[in-house]
Amino acid sequence: MSRFEDTFAKPRPALVCFITAGDGDTAANLDALVEGGADVIELGMPFTDPMADGPAIQLANLRALGAGTRTADVLAIARDFRARHPDIPLVLMGYANPMVRRGADWFAREAKAAGVDGVICVDIPPEEDDSLGTALRAEGLAPIRLATPTSDAKRLPAILDGAGGFLYYVSVAGITGLQQAAQASIDDAVARLKAATDLPVCVGFGVRTPEQAGEIARVADGVVVGSALVDLVAKHGHDAPTHIRELTAALADAVHAARETV
Amino acid sequence: MNDTAIPTRPNSFANQPDERGHFGQFGGRYVSETLMPLILDLEREYRAAKQDPAFHEQFEDLLEHYVGRPSPLYYAERLTEELRKDAPAGKGAQVWFKRDELNHTGAHKINNCIGQILLAIRMGKTRIIAETGAGQHGVATATVCARFGLPCVIYMGATDVERQQPNVFRMKLLGAEVVPVKAGAATLKDAMNEALRDWVANVHDTFYIIGTAAGPHPYPELVRDFQSAIGREARAQMLDRVGRLPDICVAAIGGGSNAIGLFHPFLDDKDVALLGVEAAGYGLDKEHAASLAGGAPGILHGNKTYLLQDEDGQITEGHSISAGLDYPGIGPEHAWLRDIGRVEYTSATDRDALDAFQLLCRTEGIIPALEPSHAIAAVVKRAMDMDADQIVLANLCGRGDKDIFTVAKALGVDI
Repeated sequence: MSRFEDTFAKPRPALVCFITAGDGDTAANLDALVEGGADVIELGMPFTDPMADGPAIQLANLRALGAGTRTADVLAIARDFRARHPDIPLVLMGYANPMVRRGADWFAREAKAAGVDGVICVDIPPEEDDSLGTALRAEGLAPIRLATPTSDAKRLPAILDGAGGFLYYVSVAGITGLQQAAQASIDDAVARLKAATDLPVCVGFGVRTPEQAGEIARVADGVVVGSALVDLVAKHGHDAPTHIRELTAALADAVHAARETV
Repeated sequence: MNDTAIPTRPNSFANQPDERGHFGQFGGRYVSETLMPLILDLEREYRAAKQDPAFHEQFEDLLEHYVGRPSPLYYAERLTEELRKDAPAGKGAQVWFKRDELNHTGAHKINNCIGQILLAIRMGKTRIIAETGAGQHGVATATVCARFGLPCVIYMGATDVERQQPNVFRMKLLGAEVVPVKAGAATLKDAMNEALRDWVANVHDTFYIIGTAAGPHPYPELVRDFQSAIGREARAQMLDRVGRLPDICVAAIGGGSNAIGLFHPFLDDKDVALLGVEAAGYGLDKEHAASLAGGAPGILHGNKTYLLQDEDGQITEGHSISAGLDYPGIGPEHAWLRDIGRVEYTSATDRDALDAFQLLCRTEGIIPALEPSHAIAAVVKRAMDMDADQIVLANLCGRGDKDIFTVAKALGVDI
């Protein structure tokens, strides 16, 4: 079974954690996420023009690039993570241009060799899948697709065609890290998506607290937290791992226990 | 807008894009999932509008009575004479200008804004956003929003806000909210990022009026179609005035909307050469904004096209004295036209543009914007080597009132 299948086969919901590669001591931050109880890691690839991100992740991108982070560094961070943590699914998340710059085949090959399991590309919709998805599938990497509040029933089959890993439900029409969706709308959307696919459904955007995460985990297969963790890197720099471990543990407790309290 | 004016044959250059919005390998719809349904709606609505005589009628009526089209076609006699002084005997082509700087609001940008706001209203959208570099597109957008009574938010890089104060004030007078964007180099690309962030959060009621022939499909196509009024008029005016087509058409290129508007109706005229002029800034070996000359194919702002970028795909900052050309990408149709060789692309430096700016002021009594000054710089070079009975047609896409402070500073004059 793949790492994704192993992770989502567990009876409890999964905590999916995002941080930006090259922002602070990334290896230590990643270890803190795992120690805190993260089930899936999303490693952000920094980009000069993160047009789907709110202020927290925009600044993380700028800090990472300002520190001289290159694509080779992102892949090295992934490779080292895989050596330390053989079983945790690892996803690269970012924008199209850094992924396709040396060719989609090159990127898929290198990501696979680094031990990556899946890729989320914000600005390649299903309509442009041949720019990246084909190369990812050829290497056995999961192209993780996004569904949003604007993805109606008519569109879902296109989103799911060729998708892998899990389905990422972007719970608000907007950018990362700002407003949170009403729980009722998340409940409805997750039910709709789960009726349409066997892929696990993870919910993200605007999730900052264990309380929110626990609520979402009652219905979703996973909960994604990004900006709140990235904020800790911004605030604490090289002391961030302690704080990241603490928040992750609280989030993990809430997410993992969500179904038990129902 | 009248498709019958452009014969579309199986082998026509004017048949692009394909049904997925691709111009060869370029173009496409590289947007986040939240925007996809809206982009598909826009495409459907645009297809319907294209077939709707009432839409054409309203568009043409506004172009005539509000914008002031058709813009004149003008023979620049003194500029031609001036060039011939330095040209070999029998050389020095006639220079003609398409006077789009005489449009309402002072540039070609208004043509596109009229078309897009009619689409926005057709789609029931009640709020307009736009990005702007030099401020010309922002002013044009604010203008049509005032005309149709829609609220308007303009994103503008903080650097551009500083260097284009007169246009910022114009936008505010017209009732627009101008939001300075401080991210990155705080210029056009950053303004576009911020506009996209606004759009994705307000898809339900907001229409994004993109100012150039770039962005996700169908924007490059519809902006081109709205701007093609320039080339259609010029082509007919040329035939009417001199009984033949020009030997070469020349236009400046940032994103490339005025150039594609001029070129498109001439694409299938195989004897008409087409020349696009990018901004070479301090020089192509230094900082510049010439995406075709110094960039590589990549994906940004919804389309695949030539981009200024490093080997990791990080976007690099362009530089041009002209804020309107200071963008690290170019419209995807230009990327395609360059690769297939139908259009030739060259560049002009800040210095070339400043010289051409002053030359036109002195010889013709026309103060051009810094954007078309790049085209004029290329015209000056090209016309010298052409026969005296040949014709160069250049698009004078904007007037220079907005640039007098920038030019004064560059010339070391305090005003």
